[in-house]
Amino acid sequence: MGKPIIATTSLAGCFGCHMSILDIDDRILKLFELIDFDRSPINDIKHISQRCAVGLVEGGCANEENVVVLQEFRQNCDVLVSVGDCATMGGIPALRNTISLKECLDEAYLNGPTVFNATGKVPDSEDIPLLLNKVYPCHEVVKMDYHLPGCPPPADAIWEALVALLNGKPLELPYELIKYD
Amino acid sequence: MGDKITFTIDGKDIEADAGQTILEAAEAAHMYIPRLCAHPDLQPYGSCRVCTVLVDGRPQSACTQPVAAGAVVESGTDKVTEIRRQIIEMLFVEGNHYCMFCEKSGNCELQALAYRFGITAPRYPYLFPHRDLDATHPDVFIDRNRCVLCGRCVRASRDVDGKNVFQFVGRGPEKRIAFNSEANLAGTNLDVMDKAVDVCPVGAILRKREGFRIPVGRRAYDHVPIGSDIETTAAK
Amino acid sequence: MTENRAGTVRRICQDHGGDRTRMMDIVLAVQKEFGYVPSAMMDVIAAETGSHRVEVESVVSFYAFLSSRPKGKVIIRLCDDIIDQMAGAERVRQVFEEELGIRVGQTTADGRITLEHTPCIGMSDQAPAALVNDVVVTELNGDKAREVARSLLEYMDPDRLVREYGDGNNAHELIQSMVHNHIRRRDQVILADMTPGEALNKALAMSPAEVIRDVNTARLRGRGGAGFPTGMKWNFTRRAAGTDRYVVCNADEGEPGTFKDRVILTEATDLMIEGMTIGGYAVGANTGIIYLRAEYAYLRAYLEHALEERRRQGLLGKSICGKQGFDFDIRIQMGAGAYICGEETSLLSSCEGERGDPKNRPPFPAEKGYMGKPTTVNNVETFCCVARILEKGPGWFAQIGSEGSSGTKLLSISGDCRGPGVYEVPFGISLREVQRMAGAVDTAAMQIGGPSGQMVGPEDFDRSICFDDISTGGSIMIFGADRDLLHVVDQFMAFFIEESCGYCTPCRVGNVLLRKRLNAVRQGLGTAADLQYLQELGETVKLASRCGLGQTSPNPILTTLERFRPLYEAKLKAEDDGLLSTFDVRSAMSEAEAITGRSSVHFSKA
Repeated sequence: MGKPIIATTSLAGCFGCHMSILDIDDRILKLFELIDFDRSPINDIKHISQRCAVGLVEGGCANEENVVVLQEFRQNCDVLVSVGDCATMGGIPALRNTISLKECLDEAYLNGPTVFNATGKVPDSEDIPLLLNKVYPCHEVVKMDYHLPGCPPPADAIWEALVALLNGKPLELPYELIKYD
Repeated sequence: MGDKITFTIDGKDIEADAGQTILEAAEAAHMYIPRLCAHPDLQPYGSCRVCTVLVDGRPQSACTQPVAAGAVVESGTDKVTEIRRQIIEMLFVEGNHYCMFCEKSGNCELQALAYRFGITAPRYPYLFPHRDLDATHPDVFIDRNRCVLCGRCVRASRDVDGKNVFQFVGRGPEKRIAFNSEANLAGTNLDVMDKAVDVCPVGAILRKREGFRIPVGRRAYDHVPIGSDIETTAAK
Repeated sequence: MTENRAGTVRRICQDHGGDRTRMMDIVLAVQKEFGYVPSAMMDVIAAETGSHRVEVESVVSFYAFLSSRPKGKVIIRLCDDIIDQMAGAERVRQVFEEELGIRVGQTTADGRITLEHTPCIGMSDQAPAALVNDVVVTELNGDKAREVARSLLEYMDPDRLVREYGDGNNAHELIQSMVHNHIRRRDQVILADMTPGEALNKALAMSPAEVIRDVNTARLRGRGGAGFPTGMKWNFTRRAAGTDRYVVCNADEGEPGTFKDRVILTEATDLMIEGMTIGGYAVGANTGIIYLRAEYAYLRAYLEHALEERRRQGLLGKSICGKQGFDFDIRIQMGAGAYICGEETSLLSSCEGERGDPKNRPPFPAEKGYMGKPTTVNNVETFCCVARILEKGPGWFAQIGSEGSSGTKLLSISGDCRGPGVYEVPFGISLREVQRMAGAVDTAAMQIGGPSGQMVGPEDFDRSICFDDISTGGSIMIFGADRDLLHVVDQFMAFFIEESCGYCTPCRVGNVLLRKRLNAVRQGLGTAADLQYLQELGETVKLASRCGLGQTSPNPILTTLERFRPLYEAKLKAEDDGLLSTFDVRSAMSEAEAITGRSSVHFSKA
């Protein structure tokens, strides 16, 4: 039996949570002894190629491509974990949720005080995924098994989570590692 | 008054003064019953329902329910804990609670309750309501996104400050906090030192120019759960 | 103009003694004057009553019939409850919108007419119905709606809409309404003849304790639905420490599908007032209050007249029936559109000029009720029973009905049946008998006790109506085989969300979450896990809510999950695509598709 496989992805997030993964410092060497990475921004693999033990998802679900990625992760990972506040509650991107999408786009591309946009149009192409009406926490789109809140979650929380999950244990974080900020 | 009565909470004998609430009696016995709308300096209100206990099997809010001799109170059982957890989760999805940039984070009682209950994400879908904030007052702002409708400011302003600056308007899901002014918060006689400003359990009413003053790691709930102060002196 | 207005408002406040506890009457009067309660006038009211502006705003914003924004001189309130929907309210709405050129929630450009929706107005037996200011219009259809709209546009006179009067006292000169009683079965307690004063004289010949003993012996239980023993309540009130005591009659009949109190108020007026007066004697009260729902404002003049008549006959006022020391009088407190005020402590809050928030219990009203004084709050029908018990004796009363439920019950029957209306029946009648009586065939479900009660199906039709089996405050809605019962459930949940006071978390938030998930399931997005979610959330709202509204609000979902589960199961997702019911991918992209004019590359239209 080979090493357990882990996949990670960042949806509507800032990659800060992935930075926090790297923040486990020298333990990362140990991590690489224990596991292999499949799809992840760390190795730039674009699609999951094999069954994964754990999937880590950063960021909320903001567009149709995010939905596809979440489905891919759900289908191919035994355990799926929301990492960070964007994944667990929408985070900063979800600030747009109380404003209509059209208003948001118009402000960003047409009306905002710092906008210079000679085309006078909101960019659009087949290659740009359609935005969702609002940003969803991941667990409102597909079933997520665990949540690591925090902006970002402390590296220790990520480490504890991985150690527990790779040992087939339920994830129970101590008081000091559940923080929403 | 002055009469002592006994009852039990989770099997433990509690001695209390007649007329005390269950919450007060529990606290005197170093048992923490989680609560949000209750505040030691204010009249009991009974709105958040976080302090729900079962009294002889019947649900009651511990902050309003008087002790009764011989009553059997359930507080820390799985069933009651589960109800409280659900209520806390409801409060999170009802508003817009962005802890990552909230000045109150680390000192927020709602957040602290969630920490204490080990909540990592609410089971309910976020409602993302549209709510207004008011920053017109020179020293205080109110952000309704974070308001949990506990009524502490209403009671404090009316009963302690003697001003009636705050009151609720609307009903049901449309219920929101309003000010004693036609226009805005600046139009009221709210003072930065008012009790009403002090008692907000969340980051809805805050003093300006004070945010993030306490560094992470030294805030009220960074290391110990809410209620620990009540429990610490408990004989274990 | 503001000065003139302020003068008027000051006068209104002074007419009420500048008493802030009469806030309901003050703001209702101000609204009657201007069509709304102008923001600037809230300051005037606050100053005149020693209150605060925000307190006035709080009250005005709580009640559906009060507004701080200008509305039309004429306000049309279309009843949109489920029974009215079944009777064609949708078509009626369309016609009103066409004729007036506005949508529901809007006011005509000239500011003359406002069109709104309102929950049950107590006319389910003559649906679809509407209120035009205080005037009730019933049995609407497209043609009649057109006539009503055109008449209003031309004359702006709601009274012109009434061409023929209804039966009984609906034709009384102080009512002159088109409302019909539809009394389809009379029995011996409520809908029988009475001689004013007879029961009262018998009561006054006894001691108050003996009166309460008789009520206890008759085993009378409250008719509002909860079934609390009336005599016990009176005893608590009588024995509570304090000087002033109050008797309050709950005529805030708001449970959708019930309208029996409306019939009592016009056809058994004396019986009810006599019962209240006996209650006043029994508990030692000098003051009674009838809390009348705003929807029944058209009955107010008639009721005032009835009270005046009784004063004239010595049946109210000082030394009633010549009994020295027994002074008792009754005032009417108008409501302003809030179902929650049917809950007794909310009703008292409202009587005190506050938002209709329920109060913390204990203390119970018997100890600290209206204005902190010992108070008994009883249903309209309960008072009628009291009067009859005193007239005919507790033994006579106790032998009517069933073992644990003595006497008769008024049922308000509506929905899919030939004879919607009011039926007085002895307790213990089976649901099947109710159907036969009302001419219901092919019945799929019955909603007993309104949305806060329970929905039952054929396997329960042999059960009987009484406190020990299926209890009801009177509302019985019948649904035929072709009705979408989950739509009914959804409408009931919408009702509770609309009517929740918002005081406590579980009711304020939980019901919104319940309805959202219910509709996700109805749209075919749900799995078995969603039914579990509804069950658990519903149970928590029931258990943790502060008052009767929240404690019953999940019943539409919980009782149908239990008894009509296949209806839910039939809606569950056939193939699990891994997406949760909280996420509807098609509608989640609707805005972007509209903005870009293209459709999703990943999720094509099904």
